[in-house]
Amino acid sequence: MLLSEIQTGQVVQVVRIAGPSSFRRRLMELGLVPGTRVELVRVAPLGDPVELLVRGASLSIRKAEAGVIEVARVNAAQAEQALPKAVGLSPDLGV
Amino acid sequence: MASTTTDRAASPPEQGSEAPQASARPLVLLVGNPNTGKTTLFNRLTGQNARIGNYPGVTVERRSGSSRLDGNQLVEVVDLPGTYSLSARSAEEQIALWAVLGQGQYQPPDLCVFVADASQLARNLYLAVQLAELGLPLVIALNMIDEAGENPPNVGAIEQLLGVPCVAVSARRGTGISALLAAMERALIERRRPRLQIAYPPALLADAETLAGSLPTELRSTPEQARALSLWALTSIEEDDELTDIDPALRKATLKLRRKSSRDLDHEVIAARYAFIDEHLPELYRKLDRHPKKRHLSERADRVLLHPVWGFALFVLVMLIVFQSLFSWSDPAISLIEGAFIWLRTGIAALLPASIFRDFLTQGLVSGVGNVLVFLPQILLLFFFIGLLEDSGYMARVAYLMDRIMRSLGLHGRAFVPMMSGFACAVPAILATRTMERQRDRLLTMLVIPLMTCSARLPVYTLIIGALFPPSRVFGFLPVQGLLMVAMYLFATVITLVSAGVLGRTVVKGRKVPLILELPPYRLPSFRGTLKMMWERSTVFLKEAGTVILACTVALWVLLSFPRALQPEAPNLPIAAAHATPTGHAAAAQPTKPSSIADSYGGQLGHAIEPALRPLGFDWKIGVGLIGAFAAREVFVATLGLVYGIDESGDNPAPLRDRLRAETRADGKPAYTPLMGLSLLIFFAISCQCMSTLAAVKRETKSYRWPAFMFAYMTGLAYLLSFTVFQVGRLLGF
Repeated sequence: MLLSEIQTGQVVQVVRIAGPSSFRRRLMELGLVPGTRVELVRVAPLGDPVELLVRGASLSIRKAEAGVIEVARVNAAQAEQALPKAVGLSPDLGV
Repeated sequence: MASTTTDRAASPPEQGSEAPQASARPLVLLVGNPNTGKTTLFNRLTGQNARIGNYPGVTVERRSGSSRLDGNQLVEVVDLPGTYSLSARSAEEQIALWAVLGQGQYQPPDLCVFVADASQLARNLYLAVQLAELGLPLVIALNMIDEAGENPPNVGAIEQLLGVPCVAVSARRGTGISALLAAMERALIERRRPRLQIAYPPALLADAETLAGSLPTELRSTPEQARALSLWALTSIEEDDELTDIDPALRKATLKLRRKSSRDLDHEVIAARYAFIDEHLPELYRKLDRHPKKRHLSERADRVLLHPVWGFALFVLVMLIVFQSLFSWSDPAISLIEGAFIWLRTGIAALLPASIFRDFLTQGLVSGVGNVLVFLPQILLLFFFIGLLEDSGYMARVAYLMDRIMRSLGLHGRAFVPMMSGFACAVPAILATRTMERQRDRLLTMLVIPLMTCSARLPVYTLIIGALFPPSRVFGFLPVQGLLMVAMYLFATVITLVSAGVLGRTVVKGRKVPLILELPPYRLPSFRGTLKMMWERSTVFLKEAGTVILACTVALWVLLSFPRALQPEAPNLPIAAAHATPTGHAAAAQPTKPSSIADSYGGQLGHAIEPALRPLGFDWKIGVGLIGAFAAREVFVATLGLVYGIDESGDNPAPLRDRLRAETRADGKPAYTPLMGLSLLIFFAISCQCMSTLAAVKRETKSYRWPAFMFAYMTGLAYLLSFTVFQVGRLLGF
């Protein structure tokens, strides 16, 4: 499954980032390393870019770039549970 | 705390080398992610004495100033460009590492202050870890502590983790600044170096070890630093990177190692650092729970502000206010400046006896200064809004909303505000490209902005359309003249979009980089910071672009007023009135006397270029008008008026309009036809008839190459299109 294919509000986990090395390096340095939880917060009104919540920070990338990020589903319990248990890491936005 | 020194504050902004910095004053660098309030902190630390220069070799602004520590010691503070990582692919991104290491032309720093956003510590720590690995003297300023909520990161725990002092501050509120200065002072004495152990895979450490042998000797003073730099090389140097000043031996060794390795080196380095951060993050907080409050509120606000319907409606409203203000709110101030300069010219003319010197003073110098100052209202207004939009966090949302559209031009969302500002005036719009991070994006935006229909084209369009097109209606209700005006706007917009697409794929190709847009929490904008930015932008414009504009005005005055040997000292030289236009610029170089303009160098030049203008349908008189229009487009109207001996044509275009209609060729047919009018309209839409724009581009790119290219491509394209339209039109029998 690719990050560009998930639904708004869905929480997933990064599996692998493909693409040219400069792309993937940049994305990983922003915290999108394999294993990281990512929530798709919203899609921009014109369909691009997409806003993600990564490690407590908002990060928007284009769909084309989200398309090189392979992700996996996490179950509901895992999604609720903040990954490393710390402030700012919870995928919960206090909805 | 902040000092106001006169010795350095008065010095001009440094360009290029940092050699003048090699003083006894300790050098402190501010490093951090974008949006962490680094510049606000810089302003707090340096007060009023900031200077703007450029980093050597790249057009990235270097902001520096001095700050007085408690012990009365002065330190030089430099605000580095915000970055998420030290690893680099381009010369621009390389600044951060080169500056902290003191490589190349950079003076080695005595201390780095890492500015972190307390509410987004996880991501910020990545860069902090990189800095700490280099073993440089470091102090952490945990900024925005006031936004960190009820459960802020623990300062002591951060100190423990990275082995360096950490101070909680709020640059916006001004809290913790004296504690930070005290910590900086201690750090400068103690020179404590951070220590931390990151669990890199053994194979990676072996690679780093191998590579360390190829590092220049001065960069491997400690094993830790050698390792950190080897890891930097592994994650930065590539076959096609755009880094500069990389040791050839290091480059060769890195590329060999990367080629040979079957492992994912980038992942190994980055994942190990994040594993370290993830492992220790829980120690940094008192309790482990909810999200920071601020994010929560911002998230709720975004549900409306980024809503497909309401979000766009608000966006349109905000942009309307911004651009309406550029068009109309700036008008009274512009009129005031114009009025003041007319008054000044009249005053000087009345005081001094008629002489070349008097004319130089009134028509060259005073006009020139007026031509520069007249841009100030729009620059100030635009940067006032940019300041508020940036500070409040809405500018990032503008980029988010508009990225989809701007992307199709090979640009990104941040180019939207500068591009739209081009409808008012290219000069502030070009200055506004500063808000984009990449040099390539800035350059591409700058190159196409002058194609947007700025307000200075309006008086020219009005004159041409009014004079050469019939006031009839199409289909009985659509006025031809109005339609033509709308068509000119559409035409120019299409040309702008096409040019952006073509230039972005050819001249300023640049590497494709992923769009990375952070939507920071909404904050109350700081008026202080905004005022400071307005001040900085205007002074830089006045100092650097202003001198070029002044010089061009004087040169044009000479061109259009000399030789005047045959002219007796005319007693009543007309002071050509500044032409009030929708946002018009002040009177540019005004030729001296109607009759003399034909004999002037400019008149001769008009004759000389006539053969080149003929195929476009223009005669030498239009040629002189075009030369005059280089001062500013609307000057075309006044210059043409002078060619025909009609004064004050700017204020009342009717006489000139009638004169143009009445102009006949030798065979008695009208000299100016609607076809020629169309050709002239197209020429004005596209050609680079604006020295101030070129001066602004020269200032922003720090080179003559780009303004020269801009002039060539715009004027060339204008010539080509006007030529085509006129010739095809003639073949069709118009």
